Amino acid sequence: MKILVPVKRVIDYNVKVRVKADESSVELANVKMSINPFDEIAVEEAIRLKEKGVASEVVVVTIGVKKSEDVLRTALAMGADRAILIEAADDVHTDIEPLAVAKLLAKVAEAEAPDLILAGKQAIDNDMNATGQMLGALLGWGQATSASALDITDGVARVTREVDGGLQVVDVNMPAIVTCDLRLNEPRYASLPNIMKAKKKPLTATTAADYGVDITPRLTVVKTVEPAARAAGEIVGSVEELKAKLKEAGVV
Amino acid sequence: MSVLLVAEISGSHISIDATSKALTAVSSLGPVTILAAGEGVDPAPLAALAGVDKVLHVEGADYGHQMPEACAKLLQSLAPNYTHIAAPATTSAKASFPRLAALLDVMVITDVIAVDSADTFQRPIYAGNAIQTVTSTDAIKVMTIRTAGFDAAVGGGTAAIEVIDAAEAVDSSRWVEDRVVSSDRPELTSAGVVVSGGRGVGSEESFAIISDLADTLGGAVGASRAAVDSGFAANDMQVGQTGKVVAPDLYIACGISGAIQHLAGMKDSKVIVAINSDSEAPIFQVADYGLVADLFDAVPALTEQLK
Repeated sequence: MKILVPVKRVIDYNVKVRVKADESSVELANVKMSINPFDEIAVEEAIRLKEKGVASEVVVVTIGVKKSEDVLRTALAMGADRAILIEAADDVHTDIEPLAVAKLLAKVAEAEAPDLILAGKQAIDNDMNATGQMLGALLGWGQATSASALDITDGVARVTREVDGGLQVVDVNMPAIVTCDLRLNEPRYASLPNIMKAKKKPLTATTAADYGVDITPRLTVVKTVEPAARAAGEIVGSVEELKAKLKEAGVV
Repeated sequence: MSVLLVAEISGSHISIDATSKALTAVSSLGPVTILAAGEGVDPAPLAALAGVDKVLHVEGADYGHQMPEACAKLLQSLAPNYTHIAAPATTSAKASFPRLAALLDVMVITDVIAVDSADTFQRPIYAGNAIQTVTSTDAIKVMTIRTAGFDAAVGGGTAAIEVIDAAEAVDSSRWVEDRVVSSDRPELTSAGVVVSGGRGVGSEESFAIISDLADTLGGAVGASRAAVDSGFAANDMQVGQTGKVVAPDLYIACGISGAIQHLAGMKDSKVIVAINSDSEAPIFQVADYGLVADLFDAVPALTEQLK
């Protein structure tokens, strides 16, 4: 069984986000970038399936600027077998829309014929939560989003999903697309020897043009601004005073 | 222009609160048709919402289970009649709407917090650290609405109900079971009062002091991601950018430091109270009333005072 894992290079989750002065985007130049945390969980899950003997090969793919090769090397150091880079932008501030990403990934899936695509449930930059579902539609595959548990038996993926009311369990015929939530697993750290070894693992560099996909954005960014600040209130001295204030505000 | 609004329905249960808030968000875009797709649904409460043009009612087990493949296929068949297709941004719509958008070859616009015009919308990015305004060039706008910031539409409507046929079945996935925790407490996203606990609560057992206060106020219990990740609270209690977005009349944050991703989930609450022993905690910067105190003393004391 082959698993394809799409990963995205995003601003590191520890970095304080700043809006650019021209309101076009968030500042990404000279900012620490990392693999999207939900995608890292997807890579980890794929490697665990390989270690359990369920999967035979894990292929990772990314779409973005040339520098996105970094996150492929991270995934290879964790244990992925090979990688595909699709260069689709020159400027790190150019965010390729989920629809375009899904179209490129559909082409990769047609060529690679994986049995399972494991993706993060959303990227922590545009927070769209869309690529996996769009890819499922384009390939005509079943999908299960926000997975917190995954079990594969006889060509069926049984997925426990995090939903509003609690958990939902679904069976999806393979090939399938599953997107990963935070509680699916805790990704490993790559060891230094594995980081060194990853540099020698195969990486195929391609460009969006190679796939004949139109990646023209459908959405135009008008502006990007800081959220409206909420004014700080007052510090009360005791539980009694707090109760009095809440009564005064008419909320208790 | 015409709008298809997909009601939030699980089984036969209609979430009127989420649906009516989303109705308010899209009502400026044109006549609104509501789709009621579920299993054993009585669509009358949807027809009674003010400003609804028509209600389409369709029955199917896969719709009741919110299966995204079947829901997207149904919506695809209805799409040509509308310029906008919207739904509250629940886990159901988050699963089916991007799928629908790809079937229609349009971009999806998720978590809309403001409708500026027929083609321009605002949505949070980077866990709420920035708000982006986008204009769509697509012929059909497919979007999910983050309902917390919108008021619920009122009743008094008399829309006609039309029964329609289910779309062709999709067999790529099957529902197995729901593991839903039943509770007498109000739903987190529609509760008037929410009391949330964070890492400071320290254990699953200690969360009882949070629930006691919530029960005294007739409210719902929430949790920060730190509390959920530490195993103190169930994941469906998580308030924040990747959890539930709430906007109650009163939000009481206990032992929550106030990470930006948590603030993104509750900062539209009308009155925010923070109880935390760390006077430097960022939560105090958004709280209307802050109490610097040990939550294990202050929370039970407040519960006692309010009984």
